[in-house]
Amino acid sequence: MLLRRMTPVPGFGLFRQDMENLFDDFFSRFDGPTRRTRGFPPLNIWEDDERLFVEADVPGLTMNDIDIEVMGNELTIKGRRETPNDEETTYHRRERGMGEFARMITLPVNIDPNNVEAVLKNGVLTVTLPKAEVAKVRKIEVKTEN
Amino acid sequence: MTATMIEKTQDNATNAMPSHCGQTYLPKVDILEKPDELLLIADVPGATADGIDVELEHGTLTIHAHVGACCVKPESSYLLREYGRGDYHRSFKISEHIDTDKMSAEVSNGVLTLHLPKAEALKPRKITVKSI
Repeated sequence: MLLRRMTPVPGFGLFRQDMENLFDDFFSRFDGPTRRTRGFPPLNIWEDDERLFVEADVPGLTMNDIDIEVMGNELTIKGRRETPNDEETTYHRRERGMGEFARMITLPVNIDPNNVEAVLKNGVLTVTLPKAEVAKVRKIEVKTEN
Repeated sequence: MTATMIEKTQDNATNAMPSHCGQTYLPKVDILEKPDELLLIADVPGATADGIDVELEHGTLTIHAHVGACCVKPESSYLLREYGRGDYHRSFKISEHIDTDKMSAEVSNGVLTLHLPKAEALKPRKITVKSI
C-alpha cells in the first residue's frame, strides 16, 4: 500500500504536485497482480461556499470495500478491489486494475470532520466535506455612509 | 488459445469523439474465457442499466454507456481535475463462434458484464469411455 502526502504550499497550489502525477495512470501498468497503486483513484475536487466535494471513480466496489478517513484537513481514501479467482478462467485482455489502493490528499481548507458524508452510486464515490466555520466564505456588507 | 474478439480500430479515439458532455471515453475492459462462455467486463462508473446500449451488428459488438449529469459544476469551482466525465464507447469484433442469441448483459456498481456464450461447436466436450 502506498500513501500519498501533499506538501502544502500557499493557496490552491496545494494540488500542483498532484496534478503533475496526473498521467501516472494506475490502470495503464500491467506488471502483475499487485500493480502500482499510486494515483488511484483519480480524484475530482470542487467546492462551493460551504463545502468541498471529492469525487472518485471506484467501479465494482461497495461501501464495505472502501475506508474513508479524515484527520485535520487530510483525507484518505483506501480500499481493495478483489481479483476473481477462478482456475478455469483464461484472460485475453486485462486492463482493469485490481488490488489495494490508498490515496491521501491535503485539502486546502480545514473541514468539519463530524459532518463528512460519503455516497457511493453506480461506482462513483462522492465525499462531501463541510468547511470548518473559520474557513467559510463570509460576505461582508458594505454600508454607504450618507 | 484463439483470441475470439479483436478490437476495432477505435482504440485511439479516447478523447476524439464528441458527445453531449464534450468527450467520450474508452472504458477499461477485461476479457475472460471460461469453458462455456467469454466474459467481457467493462468499468463504466456513473452509468446505469438504462443508459447502456450494447449492440451487435455485422460481427461488431459496440458498447455505449451514457453518463448523465456530467456538466453541472461550473468550471471555476474545481480545485482539482484528474479525470473527465463523459459517455463510454468501445467496439469489438466478434467471431462467429459466439452464440449471439444467448448473449446477456448486466451492470452492477458501475461494472458492465457481458456474457458471450460459446457456440455449441466450440464447447469442450467430455466423452465417456465405456469399458466393454
